[in-house]
Amino acid sequence: MKKEKGMLVWICACFVLMVCDFPFAYANEEEVSLDKANIDLTDKASLQRGARLFMDVCSGCHSLKYIRYSTMAKDIGITNAKGGVLDEVVKADLMFVGDKITDPIISAMTKEEGVAWFGTAPPDLSLEARLRGTDWIYTYLRSFYLDPKKQWGVNNTIFPDVAMPDVLYNMQQQLLKEPGGQAKFDNAIRDLTNFLTYVAEPIKLVREHIGIWVMLFLGIFFIFAWLLKREYWKGVHSAREDE
Amino acid sequence: MQILNPLLNWIDARFPLTTLWNEHLAKYYAPKNFNFWYYFGSLALFVLANQIITGIWLTMSYTPNAEGAFDSIEYIMREVPWGWLLRYLHSTGASFFFIVIYLHMFRGVLYGSYKKPRELIWLVGMLIFLCLMAEAFFGYLLPWGNMSFWGAQVITSLFGAIPFVGDALVEWIRGDYNVTGITLNRFFALHVIAVPLIFVGLVIAHIMALHEVGSNNPDGIEIKAMKDEQGIPLDGIPFHPYYTVKDLMGLAAFLILFCAVIFFIPDMGGLFLEHPNFSPADPLKTPPHIAPAWYMTPYYAILRAIPNKLAGVLALALSIAVWFFLPWLDRSPVKSIRYRGWLYKTALFVFVISFLLLGYLGLSPTSPALVLITRIAATLYFLFFLLMPIYTTLDKVKPVPTRVSGS
Repeated sequence: MKKEKGMLVWICACFVLMVCDFPFAYANEEEVSLDKANIDLTDKASLQRGARLFMDVCSGCHSLKYIRYSTMAKDIGITNAKGGVLDEVVKADLMFVGDKITDPIISAMTKEEGVAWFGTAPPDLSLEARLRGTDWIYTYLRSFYLDPKKQWGVNNTIFPDVAMPDVLYNMQQQLLKEPGGQAKFDNAIRDLTNFLTYVAEPIKLVREHIGIWVMLFLGIFFIFAWLLKREYWKGVHSAREDE
Repeated sequence: MQILNPLLNWIDARFPLTTLWNEHLAKYYAPKNFNFWYYFGSLALFVLANQIITGIWLTMSYTPNAEGAFDSIEYIMREVPWGWLLRYLHSTGASFFFIVIYLHMFRGVLYGSYKKPRELIWLVGMLIFLCLMAEAFFGYLLPWGNMSFWGAQVITSLFGAIPFVGDALVEWIRGDYNVTGITLNRFFALHVIAVPLIFVGLVIAHIMALHEVGSNNPDGIEIKAMKDEQGIPLDGIPFHPYYTVKDLMGLAAFLILFCAVIFFIPDMGGLFLEHPNFSPADPLKTPPHIAPAWYMTPYYAILRAIPNKLAGVLALALSIAVWFFLPWLDRSPVKSIRYRGWLYKTALFVFVISFLLLGYLGLSPTSPALVLITRIAATLYFLFFLLMPIYTTLDKVKPVPTRVSGS
């Protein structure tokens, strides 16, 4: 019996190991060390700043085709007291392409234009945070450096020879003139990363919220199932010999 | 209940409802000493039901063609009410199916449940395991992510190693020169109809065979050898209500783990849902490291360890096929590990370590040093089976009691 209990411990240990993040989780980026983004999906102000930055800087080339303006606005809190989406605010501040608020977030740039201008079409970023990881996005956007050999004069340490120009260069230079500029720039990138992480799985917070109730229910259910079992099994180990 | 009796009589006169209920539940006598390892049979049944039910609902919103498949998964995840839950139940269920089945099989090995008179239960079980692998492989292509595509590309190409007919066979399986929308279409058909039909049929056969000979137990004792005056095994208790309530408790514990993954870490850090699969299939963009889903990696590691493609494919096939011969490779007079000697216990321990090691190695990118370790682990894997007739014959076994422990 002891040995079998030991094996049970082994199995639990394996399960815990599986839950932990494996080193091969993002196999393509295993060589580089990534900075921690430390995002907070519940921080709606951060998500809104991130959305604003995305629409200003990224949406010219990149789409978020799997999410609608209206869904985004509702989830990141561009709503009135009753929870209704503030259509006018979204249209004025965040919607530069498309006409209906229920449209998906599609860039004005076509695939052909992207190929002609950059050599490759800028990818849709709806799932980027699940494809490459939150920390990767945060690190990548802060890893551009000047490289006169490249088409756009910049290169990237964690994505060598990337086709994308450093679109945040001007903003970064402007911020660096101010005291604490680097921290301000990092925070802006953190907001953007936060927003892209939200977009990759909009249901995440709801899922975790429901999960807590599910766990509570199952915990109580287990206790009753255990009590029921105990009641039925009372005396099983001796009952039949008594006959 | 009195009112229902005439109805029951009416049915029993036309269909063996009460007989079935008694034979398989109320008067099916199971050994009373089942332990932790005996939960996984009923749990496997539960996960199978979960896969079928969530699968039906996923099918309602899924588009089985190359143009729409990837988009339709995101549509399910974002637009279909509770679609994300259905999808995570199904994708997590696939991984948990393998966890449960591996533990269920390991139970069989621990207590010699494959030995006479239960050889057919084991063989049918192995066929179910093959079905499970086929089902998982076909299903893995359906999200049409880049890892789906390249995984299918690599695995289907393995058939190309077969001499003479290889290339034609690969083309026949894919329905095209490459993995394309045509492949996706046929894999969909196989995943939702063909394999599940066979699967369910085999599960019924598995349970029928089990209930014919009766369950083994942690002591490996045949409880039918000791019966009372009514012909009821002395160490037996009716499955219902004893094991139905016990399995209900097991199910509750299982659901806690299962739901923890679904609600808090559904991609399991890239293990249950792989990161490259969040970009659509692209024949021009090979992922930096192609690995099959975690549950296939021990066999994949064996394939990779062998430099010759045909030999590798044969070793892969053999590594799974060898399980079928277990009932005849084991020559020990006792069933349960409790009464076996140190030879068998050592062999099993080494096997478990090498199996887990192979699984880990199959997931990671390879290097010359790792290839050497993989080869050693693969050799140990096969030696467990090939040397089994010898070490189980030589092994010193302990005397087996006539009654189960805890009596």
